[in-house]
Amino acid sequence: MIPILAFVNDEPLVGVFLKSVFVENILLSFFLGMCSYLAVSKRVDSSVGLGIAVIFVQLLTVPMNWALQNFILGEGALAWAGMPDSDFSYLQFVTFIASIAAVVQVVEMAVDKFSPKLYAALGIFLPLIAVNCAILGGSLFMVERKYGFAQSVVYGFGSGFGWALAIVSMAAIRWKMRTANVPAPLRGLGITFITTGLVAMAFMTFSGI
Amino acid sequence: MKFLRNGVEKLRKLYHAPGSRFHKLWPAFDAFETFLFAPSHTAPKHGPHVRDYVDLKRAMNTVIIAMLPCLLWAIWNTGQQHFLAWQGLVDAGKATHDAYVAGWLQSLLGMDSVSPGAPEYVAFGLQRMLPLLIVSYGVGLGIEVVFSILRKEEVSEGYLVSGMLIALIVPASIPLWQLAFGVAFAVVLGKEVFGGTGMNVFNPAMLVRAFLFFAFAAQMSGDAVWVAGNNASHLIDGFSSPTPLAIVKSNEVLDATAELAKHHSTADLFFGNVSGSAGEMSKFCVLLGAAWLLLSGIGSWRTMLGGVLGLVGSAFLLQLFLPAGFGGPATLMPFEHLLVGGFLFGIVFMATDPVSSPETVTGQWIYGALIGFVTILVRTVNPAYPEGTMLSILLLNAFAPTIDHFVVAANIRRRKVRLERQ
Repeated sequence: MIPILAFVNDEPLVGVFLKSVFVENILLSFFLGMCSYLAVSKRVDSSVGLGIAVIFVQLLTVPMNWALQNFILGEGALAWAGMPDSDFSYLQFVTFIASIAAVVQVVEMAVDKFSPKLYAALGIFLPLIAVNCAILGGSLFMVERKYGFAQSVVYGFGSGFGWALAIVSMAAIRWKMRTANVPAPLRGLGITFITTGLVAMAFMTFSGI
Repeated sequence: MKFLRNGVEKLRKLYHAPGSRFHKLWPAFDAFETFLFAPSHTAPKHGPHVRDYVDLKRAMNTVIIAMLPCLLWAIWNTGQQHFLAWQGLVDAGKATHDAYVAGWLQSLLGMDSVSPGAPEYVAFGLQRMLPLLIVSYGVGLGIEVVFSILRKEEVSEGYLVSGMLIALIVPASIPLWQLAFGVAFAVVLGKEVFGGTGMNVFNPAMLVRAFLFFAFAAQMSGDAVWVAGNNASHLIDGFSSPTPLAIVKSNEVLDATAELAKHHSTADLFFGNVSGSAGEMSKFCVLLGAAWLLLSGIGSWRTMLGGVLGLVGSAFLLQLFLPAGFGGPATLMPFEHLLVGGFLFGIVFMATDPVSSPETVTGQWIYGALIGFVTILVRTVNPAYPEGTMLSILLLNAFAPTIDHFVVAANIRRRKVRLERQ
């Protein structure tokens, strides 16, 4: 019925998960989602909060965008509606961003309702998840790698989890470094970039699996 | 000693008082003076005073003593492996004794290469290991002194251990300019920008190795680099010798224990009559060092024990869940993973680095165990690298503060509950 499903990737789910968390960590090997990573990684508690929010948003948006791609946007995806020649791929970015923005809005309201403290700590960075490149990147990778539905759920969770892991470890490192005598020009963002590079080198442990 | 003391007093006039000629360079002079004599100045009347016999310099000296067996074995075995390899080529008819080209120290001492014995081994070992040590210490300490002068701080002793570790964990054939490059990278970007000794997130010696591993893969991995020689790239032409882990790496090796036994006896593996990075081959020497570190209380026994248990335990568990037909290092007996590769060296000397490992007691157990687990994971599942010790220690360095944070948070939660119950 849907031609695109014929090309799905047959990677096992465990493989998709491990790959998205460790081997191709969306932050440490693609360096996506750097802005909120750099800004919020000052304290462990708030980065755990943002990490959970990103996991949640990824978990919702990747499968949602999978459905949009496979039933509306993709080449021939509208065959079920009697339009086998349709191709709305050029609307992909706009549609994905709109669906991400909608999900982020819901998450924001939920966080505000259930944890006002975390809401205050995350501040502007919670609505900014909507334009976080890791989120859009996750959806676009899902399309590019031709994941099936189950794989896209696992990939959404895994890439969000990998991002959360990276930001939490960076927050703990920055907390440990708060008393370090870093040269003045490198204090703040400079040393964080250097540390991120070194952590990314350590993550090459898994490259090749 | 009197004339030295007088010399130091004269030198002190040049730099000590503010405004004297070399006052700006005082950290360098001060390092030299405190190397020779215990500091003569007294503590100020006010302020916190920490009194302990074991200060940083003493702690570092203890670790250096622990590494001495490995260093001595590195010197011996670099020579031994070299001459064994040469003899092997001669026996195979691929080389003749007349074609042997002696290195600088060998020509200086006029040594014979036809029937080499202990003096020849030591001479060759010194010929390779001394330049490594000189470059490692020279570049590293040079950078440390410059940064101390810029920061107007005393030169700290942390690098004394790193410098020797670096020489022990690289192949003895490494080109010196590459080593210098790696040391400069790790000391500047891994240590000094974080605020110097005691502040680095990653173990500097491990960073040197990881940097060299990714930047100059041809000189850091493969089968050819582990035995040093005398040609332009410090190798023996036409000779290659896989390390024990490389022997069993192929997925087609279905019984790694038997495959390994074809090449090396268990005693050879234990005492280190094998090829590998300069200092990590002899498990016996590493254990001597470990015993000294544990007796003196400098190294954390929790990290070491946690690491060994983690390694053997995950190798054991992995075998239980191994799919049929899966070969390679996964088929080694669990305890044999301790005998091959650099894991013991890493967990004893690198993972116990008090700066880059967790501070909490529970954290050290978790940290050690995870290093063992990730090492096994890389050795068995990752086809790209034969050995995982280096990268797993670096990875866990990155997560050490996270482990500490959650251990502390759990402890606070537990005590809160206890308080509420009372």
